[in-house]
Amino acid sequence: MMRTVYLDNNATTKVAPEVLEEMFPYFGELYGNPSSMHSFGGQVGRRISEARERAAQLLGCEPTEIVFTASGTEADNTAIRSALESQPDKRHIVTTRVEHPAVLNLTQHLAGKGYEATFLGVDEQGRLDLDELRASLRRDTALVSIMYANNETGVVFPLEEIAQIVKERGILLHTDAVQAVGKIPFSLEDLPVDFLALSGHKLHAPKGIGALYVRRRTPFRPFVIGGHQERGRRAGTENTAAIIGLGKAMELAAASIHEENTRVAALRDRLESSLLAAIPESIRNGDAACRLPNTTSIAFKYVEGEAILLLLDQLGICASSGSACTSGSLEPSHVLRAMGVPFTYAHGSIRFSLSRYTTDEDIDLVEREMPGVIAKLRAISPFSSEGEKGA
Amino acid sequence: MWEYTDKVREFFLNPRNVGEIQDADAVGEVGSLACGDALKLYLKVDAQDRIVDATFQTFGCASAIASSSALTELIKGKTVDEALKITNKDIANYLGGLPKEKMHCSVMGQQALEAAVRNLRGQAAPTPELEGELVCHCFGVTDALIRKAILENNLRTVEEITNFTKAGGGCGDCVPHLESILASVAGEALKPLAPVRPATKKLTNLQRMQLVTKVIDEEIRPSLQKDRGDIELVDIEGTIVIVALRGACSSCPSSQLTLKEFVETRLRELVEPEITVREAQ
Repeated sequence: MMRTVYLDNNATTKVAPEVLEEMFPYFGELYGNPSSMHSFGGQVGRRISEARERAAQLLGCEPTEIVFTASGTEADNTAIRSALESQPDKRHIVTTRVEHPAVLNLTQHLAGKGYEATFLGVDEQGRLDLDELRASLRRDTALVSIMYANNETGVVFPLEEIAQIVKERGILLHTDAVQAVGKIPFSLEDLPVDFLALSGHKLHAPKGIGALYVRRRTPFRPFVIGGHQERGRRAGTENTAAIIGLGKAMELAAASIHEENTRVAALRDRLESSLLAAIPESIRNGDAACRLPNTTSIAFKYVEGEAILLLLDQLGICASSGSACTSGSLEPSHVLRAMGVPFTYAHGSIRFSLSRYTTDEDIDLVEREMPGVIAKLRAISPFSSEGEKGA
Repeated sequence: MWEYTDKVREFFLNPRNVGEIQDADAVGEVGSLACGDALKLYLKVDAQDRIVDATFQTFGCASAIASSSALTELIKGKTVDEALKITNKDIANYLGGLPKEKMHCSVMGQQALEAAVRNLRGQAAPTPELEGELVCHCFGVTDALIRKAILENNLRTVEEITNFTKAGGGCGDCVPHLESILASVAGEALKPLAPVRPATKKLTNLQRMQLVTKVIDEEIRPSLQKDRGDIELVDIEGTIVIVALRGACSSCPSSQLTLKEFVETRLRELVEPEITVREAQ
């Protein structure tokens, strides 16, 4: 079988073998309910407490500030809905045009239900204008929700400065940190956000588990109502194996975050610079100065992203694209459009996202194959630098 | 991931007839870089009007490339008139089918062929004016193309129109317009009902009134209501039927079209050929 070169880690990641190993018993003989009074269930409860401590350790917060959820999307929904419900007199939400659909579509949904929403734009490098943020804040602003790092371009927003601006006004701040946790070092001790969402499967834990950080003393209204689990903040019997897996994954992330920012970042830089050098009329999308260490988004003119991905797929290389055709929509990704990436480039944008499992050989293969893939499609394309038409 | 047939994959990975024909007799171009797909078709045609060679260049996804290649295979060896009979469905069928969201790729192939034939015949390149009214500004789709796609593929929803023509897939502003085109095409294509009156005898005023009311209530209104529109019968003066369009119809830019092409046509067909429909002032 052909070797798989997996460079789509912003979509999902491989479950770390150590994570899988810790999870197994909780699908099998250790099936107790952590809420039970007997010690058979209680031993599972202790492992959940341990997972909570491991999560708190990576984030720099207290274990009691962590609420386990079924996904990053649920964590985002919980934070945003809680902030609105706890301040019924405030009807205004501020977010950005480049958020993940978990925040973007929820905000648009709320905007149709009597809330007012401001969507902050970004410049051509994908950066926010903090003056625009300042100007958007109002007396009735209930919440500012700004992602930590962008999933498509990897651009990291200056969350410390954002927090300073928002907290000065006494407004609640939520951050969707799904792409940031485990990739960039930060501590919630120094980062005064009120809510932070993360997702297990982006950091080598399984799918179906996420967490929401809620700063102590922040008013909170549960999204899922029922039993007393998660101290009444998220009802439903715990997904014990996944929570234990997430705890282990966050412990591993703390240990590997240095490697992520050195070895992985160097591989990413090598891949990016060699592709940009080897392939004419290719550009990088997004601010290189402030970016996740594992992500690069490169646009190739005159060719279309889905066609590139299918040719890469033939070679066992997994990546993703911001092109229209891959998503079933007819327009390129909302992130690339918000950045004003010309359509001529946006349709041919490819994202490579690495992980600590990415090897030199993986990058060698992409460097070797990518120029041929683009050349093959450009040979079919009616467009070229000589005699560009219809652009 | 798209569920492409093996044939689509094969025609994408190993496309037939790629490239330019330097001394082509005709070239047809559709789409643009901005739209996300574009096709340039080259034809070589002999004295008997037979397509002896066809090649293509395509910017687009796998199904766009495969559809273009399939088109060239389909038309080679055919006369121009035979080739023009090829529909987008034929292209999709040749490939063993396309995902519904990708049907616009097959429509693009057919459009390119039409453009090439116009070029061959020395006619001007298609412009929106020639092809009708520009409906979707995001992707430059005209009402003529939309009507054609609806009729040839038996489309029933706006979503299907978007899948086949891309119209409505950008900002979405033209969706109400697409709904009204759908309604008027549906009206034209309706199977004639069983005759409701003896064709020879002249109608009395009372009979005419009853018949008009019946046709509007049972036939016309339900059709308009599907698109959130409505119709009210205001008065009947001789053979002149005065109506008012309500709901979505009242603000629809195609309301005059609906009135003449749908309401009047149906009443003439089902009640009396002399009937004229006017809108209440």
